[in-house]
Amino acid sequence: MRKTFVSVVTETFESSQTPVLLLGDIGVFGFRNLKEKFGSRVINMGILEQSMVGIASGLAIKGFIPTIHTIAPFMVERALEQIKIDFGYQKLAGNFVSVGASFDYAALGCTHHCPADVALISSIPSSQIYLPGSQEEFERQYRENWNNGRLNYFRLSEDTHKFILDNFDSGVTLLKSGTMGTILVAGPLLENVMQAVSNLDISVIYMNEISDRAIKELRKISFNQKIVVVEPYYSGTITNLIIENCSLGPSQIFNLGVPREFLENYGTTAEHLRHIGLDPESLKLRIEKIVND
Amino acid sequence: MLGDVNAQDQEIAIKEIAKKVVLAAHLGEEGHIPSALSILDILYSIYFSNEINLQDRDDFILSKGHASLGYYAVLSAKGVIGTEWEESFGKYESDFGGHPHRLKVPQTLASTGSLGHGLPIGTGIAYAKKILDIEGDTFVLVGDGELNEGTSWESSLFAIHHNLNRLKLIVDLNKSGDRAINLSGMSEKLAGLGWNVFTVDGHDVEQMREVLEDRTSSKPTAIIANTIKGYRIKEMENNPAWHHTKIDALQTKAFLAELS
Repeated sequence: MRKTFVSVVTETFESSQTPVLLLGDIGVFGFRNLKEKFGSRVINMGILEQSMVGIASGLAIKGFIPTIHTIAPFMVERALEQIKIDFGYQKLAGNFVSVGASFDYAALGCTHHCPADVALISSIPSSQIYLPGSQEEFERQYRENWNNGRLNYFRLSEDTHKFILDNFDSGVTLLKSGTMGTILVAGPLLENVMQAVSNLDISVIYMNEISDRAIKELRKISFNQKIVVVEPYYSGTITNLIIENCSLGPSQIFNLGVPREFLENYGTTAEHLRHIGLDPESLKLRIEKIVND
Repeated sequence: MLGDVNAQDQEIAIKEIAKKVVLAAHLGEEGHIPSALSILDILYSIYFSNEINLQDRDDFILSKGHASLGYYAVLSAKGVIGTEWEESFGKYESDFGGHPHRLKVPQTLASTGSLGHGLPIGTGIAYAKKILDIEGDTFVLVGDGELNEGTSWESSLFAIHHNLNRLKLIVDLNKSGDRAINLSGMSEKLAGLGWNVFTVDGHDVEQMREVLEDRTSSKPTAIIANTIKGYRIKEMENNPAWHHTKIDALQTKAFLAELS
């Protein structure tokens, strides 16, 4: 996704005078050509995340559309108040593009994990969150939304799914119909879920945004059986969104996401997913148990 | 023009503004009066300067937003806002709260309140103007205690590195932060980072204007304004008990008399 990020941002620079890119001392090599061409609108800010957001806000006040990029915890957790006040409260537009997701930097340990990002950003009124599960989805989401006048958060992940979802621009879509219940899965975990339920008579709804248009889609959904929410960030993050917007009937919601604990092992993303039961095999067992109980 | 008034008339004008601060705080039962009085002369120096143009060219951010009483009083004296703020300050439906809101108060670029936000935002504005090749200074007024915030120093590094020579940081050095962290040597600290530093009497309008209006600096400018918190009301001067204290009718009457 990071290569796609370079190409789609470059595209916006080629077509408009308003984008500025602020890098938290990452992605600098990837954006070297953009820097060479657009000079002062591509800024390596160094390692000062809070001021990076504030300075971006000042640029937005003067009419630029800033895109801010660094590793998820350093952006979302360290500079949360700046994102909330300098963009949310000021009602300024900006694009926050993080890398690392929940534990893409697994080998580096907990300081680089960020399973809380979606919950934290969604606490800022009017924010729009994008959870692309593939390069194509991110490309489309960024191209469509980078200048939508909102506080946008794009959660880039090393983990992706392999599904090409055409004509899908609402943030929520039904991928599989079944009779035993419904899985609502967010972002890259679609891959593991589809493997897990290939032989199950269960519906799968895919969600890659927490946005106005995604909420509009959620409002059309009626559940009357068990709902299993599979999220690549803290478990239960979008439960309220479902309760508030979907027609639930006698349904019961089960959350399968990242548990609220420090995952203090190192290793790889796949190992962490296996440890917390979000790999295909574990998901299959957990989902079967839920729908059969 | 108020910008041309002599020192005596100027003092009378500033005292009239101070009276509005006292009155609005009393009516609103709210406000950081000493912080507002600390910066009145600074604001007056900027808003009533004939060389500073906040309507079309220059920008100002009150980073220490809790001094909003002083800000509204000066905006009102200048005619940027009316007098409605005096009776509505801090009230539920008022546009004029304990910290200014950029979408409610004209000419206000940033909604401030939480400290340490104004300088990064002002730095971004100065950078934007620089790369757009737009003329104009960006003034950011911070409190001394506010300089405890790391963003002050982060932004300084950025401003110096990018040589934002039209950025003017004004430090309201009323020493109220010293009870936590002593900030003596501020001039050396800022100069060490690369700011072009001036130290002035923050209650001397002419002295401040000399540096505020200067546009020749090749580096970002820091103006350390030595001030007295609660200036012009003896009971409040340098008295931390008054930091965020309501004033009753009797006190209001006495303070107004002192300012007359």
